[in-house]
Amino acid sequence: MKSIRNFSIIAHIDHGKSTLADRMIQRSGVVDARNFKDQFLDNMDIERERGITIKSQAITLPYRSRNGEEYTLNLIDTPGHVDFSYEVSRSLASCEGVLLLIDAVQGVQAQTVANLYMAMEHELEIIPVINKIDLPAADVERVMEQIDSELGLDPYTALACSAKEGTGVEEIMEAIVQRIPEPKGDPKAPLATTIFDAQYDPFRGTIIHCRIVDGTVRSGDVVRLMHGETIHRVEEVGHFLLPRQKSDSLSAGDVGYIIAGIKTVSDVQIGDTITADRRPCSKPLPGFRESKPVVFASIYPISSDDYEDLAVGLEKYKLNDAAFVYQKDSSVALGQGFRCGFLGLLHLEIVQERLEREYDLSIILSVPSVRYRFTLTDGTILFVDNPAHYPDSMSIARSEEPYIRASMMFPERYMGAVMKLCKEKRGENSNLSYPSPGRIELTIEMPLAEVIYDFYDRLKSVTQGYGSFDYDIIDYRESSLALLDILVNGERVDALSQIVFRGSARERGLRACERLKEEIPRQMFKIAIQGAIGGEIISRTTISPFRKDVTAKCYGGDITRKRKLLEKQKKGKKRMKMVGSVAIPQSAFVAVLKSENT
Amino acid sequence: MSSGLYIHIPFCRTKCPYCDFYSVTQTEKMPLFIASLIREMKLYRGLFAPFDTIYLGGGTPSLLSSDQIKTILDALRKTFSFAPDTEIACEANPGDLTPEAATALRAAGINRITIGVQSFDDRVLAFLGRRHKASEAIAAIKNTREAGFANVGLDLIYGVPGQEIGRWLETLKTALSFVPEHLSCYQLTLELSTPLGSRLQRGELILPHDTLLHEFFTHTSETLEGAGYIHYEVSNFARGYDWMSRHNRKYWNHTPYLGLGPAAHSFAGRRRWWNHRSLDRYIGMVNAGLPPIGGTEILTREQVLLEALYLGMRTREGIDLERFAERYGCDLITEKGTALRALQEQGLITIQDGRLRPTRAGLAVSDSVSVI
Repeated sequence: MKSIRNFSIIAHIDHGKSTLADRMIQRSGVVDARNFKDQFLDNMDIERERGITIKSQAITLPYRSRNGEEYTLNLIDTPGHVDFSYEVSRSLASCEGVLLLIDAVQGVQAQTVANLYMAMEHELEIIPVINKIDLPAADVERVMEQIDSELGLDPYTALACSAKEGTGVEEIMEAIVQRIPEPKGDPKAPLATTIFDAQYDPFRGTIIHCRIVDGTVRSGDVVRLMHGETIHRVEEVGHFLLPRQKSDSLSAGDVGYIIAGIKTVSDVQIGDTITADRRPCSKPLPGFRESKPVVFASIYPISSDDYEDLAVGLEKYKLNDAAFVYQKDSSVALGQGFRCGFLGLLHLEIVQERLEREYDLSIILSVPSVRYRFTLTDGTILFVDNPAHYPDSMSIARSEEPYIRASMMFPERYMGAVMKLCKEKRGENSNLSYPSPGRIELTIEMPLAEVIYDFYDRLKSVTQGYGSFDYDIIDYRESSLALLDILVNGERVDALSQIVFRGSARERGLRACERLKEEIPRQMFKIAIQGAIGGEIISRTTISPFRKDVTAKCYGGDITRKRKLLEKQKKGKKRMKMVGSVAIPQSAFVAVLKSENT
Repeated sequence: MSSGLYIHIPFCRTKCPYCDFYSVTQTEKMPLFIASLIREMKLYRGLFAPFDTIYLGGGTPSLLSSDQIKTILDALRKTFSFAPDTEIACEANPGDLTPEAATALRAAGINRITIGVQSFDDRVLAFLGRRHKASEAIAAIKNTREAGFANVGLDLIYGVPGQEIGRWLETLKTALSFVPEHLSCYQLTLELSTPLGSRLQRGELILPHDTLLHEFFTHTSETLEGAGYIHYEVSNFARGYDWMSRHNRKYWNHTPYLGLGPAAHSFAGRRRWWNHRSLDRYIGMVNAGLPPIGGTEILTREQVLLEALYLGMRTREGIDLERFAERYGCDLITEKGTALRALQEQGLITIQDGRLRPTRAGLAVSDSVSVI
């Protein structure tokens, strides 16, 4: 245990976390230069393209310190988005220290603060690291001031580096050894292991990523998942070297993996405690929370012939994403599909993209929704996350929607614009503080429904990129709600319906019509788009038809060429959903939530 | 059914900046080309049912001397068999149709002539880079009539950048004053490979908006139908059934046709093939005894069906549903009923007496109508 250091790197998005991890991996020599790829831990295409980490990853880095001793550094890489904050908390619970990475140009941001708080909650040793010092606009002194005034940390404990150029990386690794405490725990005590991730392997089933807090686990042991209440025989344990390296046992302080014949990742809950069946620990490790979806949408195949393929794709996808939930659903307009739950909008986008990319499916997502709570006149409580299940308005006694506490940081000059945006999004109970001169930290309570789509984009836009954002879901609050329906050429398209705040229903209806007008291509006939609440039409737009679309000349050589163009057009049309005689493109279904400024 | 025969004459004195038909300006190669053409004919002897149309297109067929045309027609007659009333059509450039030339063409056996008038507006002609002026076109029409041509067609272009409908209607009026048997009115279409096409892409030109183009189309159709013409295909009008282009109609109903000359296309059964789009390569291959074929496709059932649908929807006579089902194995009413009914409700097609017909509005969006 003396030679083990478990740590994580936490940072605001784009502050250079993956690059620093890359440099440390290279420095440790676990991957030879030939096999090294940038963003080594972000091995999904989506992660590389978007420059974000979605899945947690762990890697063991051997390190010989300056005093000549050999150390095992376990780096637990954490997702970098608010959708995955629970996963981050479990990863942090498996560490003794963190590198808090701060961009030398951008300075402290909202996620820096949120991450710091989270690290403090877990009583972790915090090593501030100022990154990107090679940039001409780097202002190390200002960041040092912020570390002092905004984070309350001793600025003289901060290290400076340029992960891009590799400067300062050696000092960081030395600091990990010197400053992060060795793990505590008793290898002889009853087994207590915390699960921080689970990944699916087609040959081995679920690979549990875990941190042993107490005790020792060996292959052949019978273990129990304390929350899941299931029993498994351990097939293999080992460490996260490259490739995975089998070992005899994992003991208190170790970060490693357990394979125990568990078929899908859904059978394992992040944050659950693994103990020995024979000699269990007295109680599960603290901090477990069931991962609950907060955003819901239905997925439909564009062509109803592809329903079976979609079902198979979802089943396969689910194997590797425990946070994703789904069940059968059907829509009058779009046919058979699935109602799905996501951790947030980013998670939703990731699922959509991966289904299309990895399973080659063409899908349509209905308008995303949060989960509302209705108390009916007979006292029944109903949770509704699908506008199709909106209760009869006469039977509703009380309607409530989920609220969040948002925290934002931005330069003072954007205060007016941000407050205006928050007010538009029904923000209330705001609280302002000035962590340092010229900078504002705003906490404000807002309905979740107002932030799920484009709040973050809008915030970035009104603060010219200087605003940062983080949130927690707090509670349900009473709210006056209405069901907004969209009619396309008089036909109600249930997948475009949304549950809205009554006070902004008219404006939302208008906005939805306008967005649809932009998204639905002109067709041979006029298309009327209407927004309706109950029986009342509250907004309307029309898409004028195109009147001329025909090739002038069509003789010998033109016939093949024209046919090829029509074949292409037909293929494009197959990627649109026919509602009556109107072809609606995929993009229209999420676009109705967008506001005009994005 | 009788087959059609197309001959591509790949020569122009100058290249028009909007045209993407294959042609070269090396007129000195004409004799060599004609010799190759005659060799190419022989490759297809006996393979096609008797022809009842010959169409000399281009390029500019009127650049050939009447002797050269005679040579070609004689060689055709020696190689293939023809119906007694074969339509022998030839495209001509107004500047080439002197009284002597017109008379010689008629004497060579041409019985249908289409004149590339394009416009009676000199500004439009200048924009299109044409060699001739409106006055020359008018003289050419008179010359063909005097030479005894009973079947004269005029080709016109509309939808030129900046063109107003009024000016186009004046061109149409002038055209009608000559009482031509046939009129082709083409909306200007610019392919990227042409000089005007690349100017369009660079943003130096703006084509009229589709609402305006629809007006051009509708006014043209109304004006000509008002004058007694049949709007029998998207861009084609005839002063009576007998004056429709017998040759072109073969393209639109999958009748076999043989195309000779560089870049010419042929069709038979389910096979379509096309010659190399290079005069030198064409000559080289033919003289090596090889068919100068640049590419071939064999249409799948779906492709034949799509073609039949879109080509049928380009014609006013439309699609005979029973015949269509027989020929292409697809009962449109059963398979596309919903989409067809929607088109019918929108006034884009009619379904009557077992025929699917585009209305005038439907003809204007015929490409989209066929993607159902």
